[in-house]
Amino acid sequence: MDKQYSDSSERGIRIEGLKKRYGHGDTAVDALKGVDMYVAPGEVVGLVGPSGSGKTTMLKCLGAVIEPTAGRMTLGRDVIYDDGWKIPDLRTLRRDKIGFVFQAPYLIPFLNVTDNVALLPMLAGKSNAEARKQAIELLKALDVEHRSSAMPSQLSGGEQQRVSIARGLVNHPPVILADEPTAPLDSERAMAVIRILNQMARQFDTAIIVVTHDEKIIPTFKRIYHIRDGVTYEEAGEGRGFD
Amino acid sequence: MISLAGRDILHSWGKFVFTGIGLGLLIGVTLTMAGVYRGMVDDANVLLDNSGADLWVVQQDTLGPYAEPSSIYDDTYRGILGMSGVARAANVTYLTMQVRQQVDGGTRDVRAMVVGITPDGPGHPGQPGYLVDGRHLTRGHYEAVADIAAGFALGERIRIRRNEYTVVGLTRRMVSSGGDPMVFIPIKDAQEAQFLKDNDAIVMQRARTAQNPALNRPGVPGLLDAVIASQSTNPTVNAVLVQVKHGADPDAVAEPIRRWKRLTVYTRAQMQDILIKKLIATAAKQIAMFLVILAIVSAAIVAFIIYTLTMGKIREIAVLKLIGTKNRTIAAMILQQAIALGLIGFVVGKISATFWAPIFPKYVLLESGDAIRGFVAVMVICVLASVLAIRAALKVDPAEAIGG
Ligand SMILES: Nc1ncnc2c1ncn2[C@@H]1O[C@H](COP(=O)(O)OP(=O)(O)OP(=O)(O)O)[C@@H](O)[C@H]1O
Ligand SMILES: [Mg+2]
Repeated sequence: MDKQYSDSSERGIRIEGLKKRYGHGDTAVDALKGVDMYVAPGEVVGLVGPSGSGKTTMLKCLGAVIEPTAGRMTLGRDVIYDDGWKIPDLRTLRRDKIGFVFQAPYLIPFLNVTDNVALLPMLAGKSNAEARKQAIELLKALDVEHRSSAMPSQLSGGEQQRVSIARGLVNHPPVILADEPTAPLDSERAMAVIRILNQMARQFDTAIIVVTHDEKIIPTFKRIYHIRDGVTYEEAGEGRGFD
Repeated sequence: MISLAGRDILHSWGKFVFTGIGLGLLIGVTLTMAGVYRGMVDDANVLLDNSGADLWVVQQDTLGPYAEPSSIYDDTYRGILGMSGVARAANVTYLTMQVRQQVDGGTRDVRAMVVGITPDGPGHPGQPGYLVDGRHLTRGHYEAVADIAAGFALGERIRIRRNEYTVVGLTRRMVSSGGDPMVFIPIKDAQEAQFLKDNDAIVMQRARTAQNPALNRPGVPGLLDAVIASQSTNPTVNAVLVQVKHGADPDAVAEPIRRWKRLTVYTRAQMQDILIKKLIATAAKQIAMFLVILAIVSAAIVAFIIYTLTMGKIREIAVLKLIGTKNRTIAAMILQQAIALGLIGFVVGKISATFWAPIFPKYVLLESGDAIRGFVAVMVICVLASVLAIRAALKVDPAEAIGG
């Protein structure tokens, strides 16, 4: 598999034979039974599957938020996981290499839009001014710059989602993980979000994985991973509309 | 890096300010309790200072005259005056009682410590040193010098027992160890006031004495009259206040008085000990209990508030952790909020204590040392109280931010 991408495999994110078991003994749940996936830089892939199939579990493993049980994960040349964490500081890995976009745009309610986005570069050690400049640029690209000094509670759902995307992208991470990013949006807004993600993927050479149930956006992916009972199947998508 | 704690406080400042004010009132009460204790100690010291004495001569084996009743003959002081090292000695009586004041349309009773002194002018033992207004006692009868806390005016006539006195002078901060204002009157009047009976009682006592065959013997004319006369005079005082000669050691002067006069003599240090360790000891323990309880309650409140505030931010904390915020940064955020709450509380507490202390009927002494100790205690309490919340925050799983 993934042969057509092997030339760029040095840079994308790859998982092989990843397993995740929750709990022990009788109550153990095998959420992932050996999944494979590869996403190249600049690519947006869909991850779809019925409820309880293991989508979020996979995303959490990819995001180094929960520990897999077995398998291998690489990010570019770096081995992140190989039957055990290979990187001592997962927090820094998350901060520098992975952007998260959630279903509910969990913005920090006591920071304004700019600082919600600028917080990440600040955490990475950038000066406040530099971090804010970086944030404003991205907010401009996402067309929410005019709301940059508003508080999250003063934004519409779509605006919040775009700020949340800006936050996911601001450190220019090589990987972005988006869990149901369009669930709360109408189809027009949902398509806008997908358009932004595609645009960002190309502009910053980011590998983006979008978990979704959303029938409206499934046709937009060029490649789709189906997951069922903890096993993935790759499928070519229609890839409509974003070239 | 921006201050997460500061931003959160600015965002929900109302919650912070109101909690801070609530905590502050509690801290104010705590500071005031400490001030009440300091005021009591200060009252005791002022009482000793104002007596102008180096030695207190009292009835044998008593803790008089402030902590226990003491009664000695009023001619004792003459003998003491002749002893070596004694510069001046004077009788004194202390009696806590109601003093009646005429006000428009009625009377007002003021609880006061009536002090009987020898009217010998300032510097004499027992004399008030400094007057805010008027003059010292000069006549032997029916004049009074009162503390302004009693609320009397110069020239006003006040009533102690059956006699009326004219207020001729006013003092400041002359109070008993119980905080009652002092009223100085000539010692003769004070001795009389201590034992003065009403007319009915006098008539009754005369009749009783007359009925006693031992005291009313036929054939011994004049005996009954002599007995009755001795019954109606009071030759005792509570203590003799002694000033030692310049350069004399009070302990050395006290020793022969103890031995030869068969009286108990206290030095300034011993008297202070009696007043502070014995007289106000129970009250001090009472206050200490209050301080402990208030400290615990404040700590519980801070802990509860900080914990609740933190629990309300669980999701934000999960997000912060997910995007790579260090545990240290999150702990610092909570700690800073606890300290901010403590700061608001302390400022509010200090201001309110300063504001309401003068309204208290008894002297409340707010010492800056106590304020500093209180500040340190508040900070320590806030830091300890935030431990619970910090532990909870550090346990938050970043996976919670992703959901299911
Ligand atoms: N913390 C956990 N402990 C035990 N079992 C879990 C845990 N999290 C998930 N599971 C189980 O693992 C399986 C996969 O869950 P997961 O959350 O990955 O599904 P999902 O594909 O995201 O579903 P949905 O579309 O409903 O969000 C489910 O059977 C779920 O019950
Ligand atoms: Mg899910």
